[in-house]
Amino acid sequence: MLELQHLSFEVADEHGGKGIVKDVSLTIPDRELVVITGPNGGGKSTLARLIAGVETPTAGRIIFDGIDVTDLSITERAKRGIAFAFQQPVRFKGLQVLDLLRIAAGKRLGVGEACEYLSAVGLCAKDYIDREVNASLSGGELKRIEIATVLARSARLSIFDEPEAGIDLWSFSNLITVFENMRRHIRDSSIMIISHQERILSVADRIVVIREGRVAAQGPREEILPTLIGTTSAVAACRQLTKEDRE
Amino acid sequence: MKQLNEIQLRLLQEVADLHGVPEGAYNIRSNGEAAGRQSTANIEIVPKTDKPGIEVHIRPGTKNESVHIPVVLTETGLKETVYNDFYVGRDADVVIVAGCGIDNCGNQDAQHDGIHTFYLEPGAHVKYVEKHYGSGSGAGKRILNPVTEVHMDENSSMEMEMVQIKGVDDTERTTNAALKAGARLVVRERLMTHEQQRAISVYAVELNGAGSSADVVSRSVARDDSYQKFDAKILGNAPCQGHTECDSIIMDRGRILAVPGLEANDVDASLVHEAAIGKIAGEQLVKLMTLGLTEQEAEEQIINGFLK
Repeated sequence: MLELQHLSFEVADEHGGKGIVKDVSLTIPDRELVVITGPNGGGKSTLARLIAGVETPTAGRIIFDGIDVTDLSITERAKRGIAFAFQQPVRFKGLQVLDLLRIAAGKRLGVGEACEYLSAVGLCAKDYIDREVNASLSGGELKRIEIATVLARSARLSIFDEPEAGIDLWSFSNLITVFENMRRHIRDSSIMIISHQERILSVADRIVVIREGRVAAQGPREEILPTLIGTTSAVAACRQLTKEDRE
Repeated sequence: MKQLNEIQLRLLQEVADLHGVPEGAYNIRSNGEAAGRQSTANIEIVPKTDKPGIEVHIRPGTKNESVHIPVVLTETGLKETVYNDFYVGRDADVVIVAGCGIDNCGNQDAQHDGIHTFYLEPGAHVKYVEKHYGSGSGAGKRILNPVTEVHMDENSSMEMEMVQIKGVDDTERTTNAALKAGARLVVRERLMTHEQQRAISVYAVELNGAGSSADVVSRSVARDDSYQKFDAKILGNAPCQGHTECDSIIMDRGRILAVPGLEANDVDASLVHEAAIGKIAGEQLVKLMTLGLTEQEAEEQIINGFLK
């Protein structure tokens, strides 16, 4: 279980300071899939980075499984069971997909096991296992590999920062299947997804709306989702993609 | 074969992946003298009579055979220049593994300069692997200055893999190649320098025949206070294709100079140079740390992958 207590994150600007995340308190319970939504620039991704330890909060505490992890490093949080899929996956010259999956799993994963994680994200494992995680992979391929590394971690808390960004429509429906499967097999773990895709919101147990750095609303999906349909916090996949195509 | 001690055997393993006497043709040089030599039906190794070194004659059509010519130095103060010539017959296809390991525990410099000259007949194919390694705690430097001259006849091809990862204080590597029509040269250099080490690598490749091509790629890491210079020049004197690439990571106070050199003397010469130098990207470290590695472990993984 993850608890955020009065979490704030400010950055310095010409007016002294600007709040990105303002006094956010919320709980991600075990065995739940929680989607964080809200307009762009509202502080959702920053919240994810604060939880993973990539950014340090200016105020508030982060309690994970009853332990205060606010002052722990990225590595220590990862070891305690926080997994984080980046919005923009990182490229590595020389490192192969199998290397990355092995690091994620924290053991010398067999090729067979590694293939299962790749198949789960819709990649034909034998074509990818030896590929370098470099610029030869497309944005969509990288994104799926990124998600596979998080699956391989089998973490207590898996955080996905806009998993649909940079993914094509066909992959997007597969992505939904990945999350549905994760939700079905959730045991003593929890999942947090940053997204404003309606279809991702509809697999959530709970939805949290973050607007201008604050929690604007939170509650069970049945309660929150109807209030979001048609707003920028719950965008239909087709509309979003055609919009990006035009841009 | 002359008995080698533990240190010499360890060096042999580092530079040639050899645990004992290799199969096929070989010549092992230890502290300035021959420690073992074997020719085969198709590959003849004979000592030079006018200067130190050997001649390796590979008969035309020889396939899937290998030649190992490792050198080990464990005596402080030893300096040698050795001339090795390789004559590779028409349509032969062989692997040549060279390499030099120096263990210097003394206070004087130990130095090996290997001058390797290759003559490839038409259609010959050579895979050449050269590893350098240094160890020993003495104040004396471990110095290696290899010179490689490659003469490639029509439609011959050569793949060169040069590796120097550890322990060599000073290197000046010179590689010159001249290619006739249809010949192809591929070079893959892997280099890591530490402390005060200095490594200079100079290539001059002449593409003289129509349809010849060269691909010279260096990946390197400069750590501590080390210095590297990568100077790759390709001359396109005919319709040809040339590509050089220097991809480097700098750490600590490491310094790297990449000097691109392309000269097109034929309107159908197509030459490309790429160079990128920079430290490890912060986001790469962060990504691996979110997978549970410490910053130092993440750094090692990134470098291992990069130099793989």
